[in-house]
Amino acid sequence: MAMLEVKNIEVCYGMIRAIKDISFEINKGEIVALIGANGAGKTTTLHTVSGLLKPTAGQVLFDGKDISKIPAHRIVTMGMAHVPEGRRVFQQLSVLDNLKLGAYTRTDKKEIAENLKKVYDHFPRLAERKHQIAGTLSGGEQQMLAMGRALMSNPDIILMDEPSMGLSPLLVKEIFAIIEELHKSGATILLVEQNAKMALSVADRAYVLETGSIAMSGDAKEMLNNDDIKKAYLGQ
Amino acid sequence: MITLIDGLSLGSIYALIALGYTMVYGIAKMLNFAHGDIIMVGAYAIMVTLAATVSPIAAIVAAIVICTILGILVEKLAYKPLRGASPLAVLITAIGVSYFLQGLAQLVFGSQPKPVGSAWKLPAIEAINSLGITTAAAVTLVCGIIIMIALTLFINCTRTGSAMLAVSEDRGAAILMGVNVNKIISITFAIGSALAAFAGMFYLFQIPNTEPTLGAMPGITAFTAAVIGGIGSIPGAMVGGVLLGVIEKFCLASPLAPYTVAIKFSLLILILLVKPTGLLGKVVREKV
Repeated sequence: MAMLEVKNIEVCYGMIRAIKDISFEINKGEIVALIGANGAGKTTTLHTVSGLLKPTAGQVLFDGKDISKIPAHRIVTMGMAHVPEGRRVFQQLSVLDNLKLGAYTRTDKKEIAENLKKVYDHFPRLAERKHQIAGTLSGGEQQMLAMGRALMSNPDIILMDEPSMGLSPLLVKEIFAIIEELHKSGATILLVEQNAKMALSVADRAYVLETGSIAMSGDAKEMLNNDDIKKAYLGQ
Repeated sequence: MITLIDGLSLGSIYALIALGYTMVYGIAKMLNFAHGDIIMVGAYAIMVTLAATVSPIAAIVAAIVICTILGILVEKLAYKPLRGASPLAVLITAIGVSYFLQGLAQLVFGSQPKPVGSAWKLPAIEAINSLGITTAAAVTLVCGIIIMIALTLFINCTRTGSAMLAVSEDRGAAILMGVNVNKIISITFAIGSALAAFAGMFYLFQIPNTEPTLGAMPGITAFTAAVIGGIGSIPGAMVGGVLLGVIEKFCLASPLAPYTVAIKFSLLILILLVKPTGLLGKVVREKV
């Protein structure tokens, strides 16, 4: 059974239907990429999965349970973490306080401390700057903090929205290297990206979104070599 | 010196009320103009309990419990249904709640000021009274400082406190951390209203009379203090409150006494002209 199964969801903003009849699934340990142009509905889809938006039709099954009517803060408790677009770290709090908030749903202090060590292993730079105010971090460091914060809830699945946004090519590489590292350690990741090339190179499978519905899906490596994808999304 | 102590003591009353305004603004993003009237309800709660039990301690406990519950109730019944409505609608509702509470008090207790009761008396403390400092001023100042330290520790050192900071900075991101925003807003109203109950108690130490509009003037002064300090900022509310209290007492002790109120509120205009975000307020960059 798939860990996450999105079934025919439809989301409307007022009169406007943002996404229509989208279905996809993610198995345990997979990285699945959602790629597509601006306005294709990638972020809307992600928000619907994590409960920030409620679908007008369809279902979101997480471990076989329909979560489409559960409030977003409770879905976090069920084991889903969402790294939002634009990082959204708490600018006025320290790095450590941000990470602690990531573990808000947990109460076992020992486990949280172990988890914190693991996050520092993935992101040594956060350990160096743990007492720094998050707003003074660079864009790349804030992205790392947002990812580390999500890991602090010890999630079964991580949703990442545009982790490459606004970062230099070098930092984009660094962030994606960390995503691969997380993948190797067994994490399940749903990745939304405009940078299709980077996304396809780390993902197992991918779905292409076009104006609110899925235009294509398949093996990520095959898509990298697909002529239509190359032309439309890879600029080749 | 005595004027300074009196000012600091009055200032800590303003600060306690201003904290309620500023915390609710920071977390629920609304101006709760009914906050001053919670003080008034606290004062009546003290009067009624005192008449029934003759125990000032029981009266204080009753005031805190009643105000806390009232704060949560007002939020649930009046403000929560308007979550997501325009700020103007919420503002008007808050003013409505304010008039409702005042009207209710008038209906139940009449519009005339009523003495709170002869049991409401602080003992004389010879050591400080001989210096010309009233027991009321000393108790208010000391308790005010303790409450403010406790609140600061609560906000900065507990899980709920950091959730409050998170919600006030970015509600959406806080939800993604698993924070139940509705619960945090309820807690904020509860704390703010409990602080208002304390303020009501200290107020009655200074002027032992209750009336339906008792909360209006301290409420609006404390709101001014919150804005001067930078609304949304907790240290700002404390600084603003203490500043206004000290200025008020010094004005009253000087030939400028008739202009005290004018000076208090002119200070607001002056500070906002120089620093539009208030003394300790942060510049909020609107994201596009």
